[in-house]
Amino acid sequence: MNKDDKELLEEVVGENPTKADSYNIRKNGKGIERKVSPYMDIVPKENNSGIDIYVKEDTLFGTINIPVIITESGLTDIVYNDFHIGKNANVIIVAGCGIHNDGHQDARHDGIHRFYLEEGAKVKYIERHCGVGVGDGKKVLNPVTEIYMKEASYMVMDTTQIKGVDDTIRTTKAKLESNTTLVITEKILTSKNQQAKTEFEVELNGENASTHVTSRSVATDDSYQEFISNITGNTKCYAHVECDAIIKGNGKVKAVPEIYAKNIDANLIHEAAIGKIAGEQLMKLMSLGLSEKEAEDIIINGFLK
Amino acid sequence: MLELKDICFERDDKKILNHIDLKLDTKKFYVITGPNGSGKSTLAKIIMGIEKPDSGKIILNGEDITEKTIDERAKLGIGFAFQQPVTFKGITVYDLLKLATKKEISKQEACDILSKVGLCALEYVDREVNKSLSGGELKRIEIATVMARSPYLAIFDEPEAGIDLWSFQNLTEVFREIQSSKEGTTLVISHQERILNIADEIILMNSGKIQKIGQKEEIFDHILKPKKCCKEVASCE
Repeated sequence: MNKDDKELLEEVVGENPTKADSYNIRKNGKGIERKVSPYMDIVPKENNSGIDIYVKEDTLFGTINIPVIITESGLTDIVYNDFHIGKNANVIIVAGCGIHNDGHQDARHDGIHRFYLEEGAKVKYIERHCGVGVGDGKKVLNPVTEIYMKEASYMVMDTTQIKGVDDTIRTTKAKLESNTTLVITEKILTSKNQQAKTEFEVELNGENASTHVTSRSVATDDSYQEFISNITGNTKCYAHVECDAIIKGNGKVKAVPEIYAKNIDANLIHEAAIGKIAGEQLMKLMSLGLSEKEAEDIIINGFLK
Repeated sequence: MLELKDICFERDDKKILNHIDLKLDTKKFYVITGPNGSGKSTLAKIIMGIEKPDSGKIILNGEDITEKTIDERAKLGIGFAFQQPVTFKGITVYDLLKLATKKEISKQEACDILSKVGLCALEYVDREVNKSLSGGELKRIEIATVMARSPYLAIFDEPEAGIDLWSFQNLTEVFREIQSSKEGTTLVISHQERILNIADEIILMNSGKIQKIGQKEEIFDHILKPKKCCKEVASCE
C-alpha cells in the first residue's frame, strides 16, 4: 500500500482501517490484508469473489472494517461479502469503496453485501463511498445490500456517498421478522453530470417490525438522482420513509414512493420534499455575516451531516 | 447613528412605506408599534437589507449602505431577529451560536449565551434547530443568535409573536436587560405594552408613514385620544 492508498482507505473508513478488531482490506480485486479475532472470523470465498464474516453469538462491542479500494482504470470488481451475525451479538461494521481513477477507462465496483442477523443481534453498519482522480474514465459504484433480520434483531445502516462517484445504482432489500427494527440513513451528493439511483425494498413480515428510512440528497450542477422506495407491511408493523432533497443549478431529483399496507394494523408513512435551499435559511445565515456561498455550504453540510 | 432618508416601498400598487424619514440615535432602545399592515416589519427588513427600497437612502454612521447586501450590513454591526425563526436540518443550536459569534466558542460559552434568554442551556446546545423545538424555544434561540453578536444595531421583529404568555414574561426581562445595558441601539417591533414600557422612544407607524415619535405617555395619549370619526359615528346615533 502506498500513501495514496492509505489516504483513500482512511477516507472510506474514517480512520486507520487496521484499528478494528477484525478487518479485511481489498485492493483491485484481491484481499491484501486481513486480521481476525476469536469472536469475529473472516473467511475468503473461492476465486477472490468475496468473504464470509462470522460473528459469534454474544460478541459485544466488536468492530469490523472491510474497505475496498480500486486504483486501476478499466477494472471491474464484483465482490460478495456475507455477514453472519450470531445471536445477541452487538457489532459495528464499516465498509465502502474508494475509487482512484486517473485513467481513461471506467473503474467499477459492485459490492453485494448480505447480512444475516440471528435473534437479538445488533449491528451498526456504516458504508462510505467516494471517488477521486483526474482521469476522464468514470468511477462507478453499484452497492447491493440485502438484510435478513430474525426475531428482535436491530440494525442501523448509515450510507454516505458525498463526492466523485459518476454513476451509482444502490439497491437495498430487507426482510424483517417480528420485533425487529431497521433504521436506514442515506446521504448522497452529486455534482457535474453524475447520476445516482437508489432503491429500497423493505418487507415487514413479523409483528411489530419497524423501519425508518431517511434519505437526504443534494443534486447540483447537471446531476440527476432518483429515489425509489417500496415498503410492504404484511402484518402489524410500522414504517416511516422520509426523502428530503435539495436541488441546485440544473440538478434534478425524482422521488418515487410506494407504500403498500396488506394488513389493517400496518402503519406506513412516506414523506418527500424536494426543493432549492429556502431563501429564509440563506437570509438568516447572511444576517450573521456569512456570504451567500458560505451560507449555502453551511446549509448543505448540515443537511448531509 | 442610523438614518433613513425618504424611504419608499410599494408592492401591488400599495404604498407600504411612504416617504419615511427616521433617525435612530446610538445606545437607545426604540420600539416601533402600529396597526397590522402599517409597514413596521418592512421597515425593519429594509434596514437589514432583506428588502430593497424603491427609493431613498439608508445611512449608517455616515456611510450609505442602501446598496449593501445582508451580510455586508451584518458585518457593519446590524443584527436581525426574524419574526418567524428559521429552522434547519442538521444544524445544531451550538453550530448556530458559533456562526453568530464567529468564534470557536466552548459549549460552556454557548450555554452562557442561552442562559441569558432563559433557556436551560445544556439541554439545548446539541439539539438541531428544527421544528422539534417549540415556538417559544425557537424564538429565544433566534434572539440569542442576535445577542451573541453584540451588534451595533439589534433589530427584533415582533419577539412576542407565536409564543405563550409565560414565555413572553421571561422575554420581557431579556429586553429589560438589553435596555439597561445600553450596549448598542435596539429596535423592537412590538404591540406589547410591557415592551413599550421599556422603550426610550416609541415610533408609531400607520399606513406606511411615521405618525409620531415620542415617549410612552405622549404616544399612549395619542393612541387613546378619541378620534373625530368616533364622535361623528356617535352623533349619527
